[in-house]
Amino acid sequence: MCGAKAGGPDLAGVDVANETIIQGSVTRNEEPVNGYVRLLDENGEFTAEVPTSATGQFRFFARPGKWTLRALVPGATVDRQVVATQGEFTEVAIAV
Amino acid sequence: MSRSDVLVDADWVQARLDDPKVVIVEVDEDTAAYDKNHIRNAVRIDWKKDLQDPVRRDFIDQAGFEALLSAKGIANDDTVVLYGGNNNWFASYAYWYFKLYGHGDVRLLDGGRKKWELDSRELVVEQPQRAATQYTAQPADSSIRAFRDDVIDAIGTLNLVDVRSPDEFSGKLLAPAHLPQEQSQRPGHVPSAKNIPWAKNANDDGTFKSDDELKALYEAEGVDLATDTIAYCRIGERSALTWFVLHELLDQQNVKNYDGSWTEYGSLVGVPIELGN
Repeated sequence: MCGAKAGGPDLAGVDVANETIIQGSVTRNEEPVNGYVRLLDENGEFTAEVPTSATGQFRFFARPGKWTLRALVPGATVDRQVVATQGEFTEVAIAV
Repeated sequence: MSRSDVLVDADWVQARLDDPKVVIVEVDEDTAAYDKNHIRNAVRIDWKKDLQDPVRRDFIDQAGFEALLSAKGIANDDTVVLYGGNNNWFASYAYWYFKLYGHGDVRLLDGGRKKWELDSRELVVEQPQRAATQYTAQPADSSIRAFRDDVIDAIGTLNLVDVRSPDEFSGKLLAPAHLPQEQSQRPGHVPSAKNIPWAKNANDDGTFKSDDELKALYEAEGVDLATDTIAYCRIGERSALTWFVLHELLDQQNVKNYDGSWTEYGSLVGVPIELGN
């Protein structure tokens, strides 16, 4: 297993100015965790879900506003609240 | 048809991994996921390369489906169990194909790849070798597929169920939020469609809710199941999951999946579109 990488996946080729990006990594004891991250809107409705990469990373293309990230990994579920802005990328580190 | 005829749990699959008449098939949005690992003895169907016509926008025809299943070593009398990532979106889409072309016994693994992973069950890299078969498909069953004109005719008369997320329905997003948003089509939804996101059918671990919960969901949203229903999403895979819920779990035979979905409808000239909630 590769070590965890801080931050989200590489942004090369992504039109950051026009996207509202939420990204980051999921770790357990600083090691990447294979699992899933859900994106829930301000009403708690499911919007998207991605598996974490081999290095524990994830990324969403959202819209500006408040979101909840929900990490689902074997034996644990962790929620994090974030506020996303267009033209910036919001980095979230989730330790489970 | 009972729930167990169309949906099996992980223990059921685990007990049949070496049964040659049970074919486990992985179908993922991320078509490379299978290469990383998969359930032992599972074969792969690639929803892009295997299930789509290589030139025009349509899916493979009857002869193409026969050739595909023959090459995968799937026989007409095999029990096919489909599973995949993203809460079985594309496994549901493949399930719909199998029904469209008349396969006798096809089921979904409840929770798909995610539940299997969250349970820390075995995944392997080795790919199985299955001898080729002579698969015979039935002519496509048009009773479960809707086209764009069916959708336009259904506005204000039949049930239209938009299963995308609320932000896609309202027009704030043009694609699921794990995909870039640059798209050519107009945002919004078909007038008179109800927004019942696919995710309401499932628990966090990807398993389907109970029949009673599902029935209550659609009743609470004001869907009269006695009236014909067309489900759609962006490209037809999430709505295939809702089609599975309504047609297979709740046994509503008057339900169609519109696989053209928003990438077609939202690009049509002159059709009505609504924005907002």
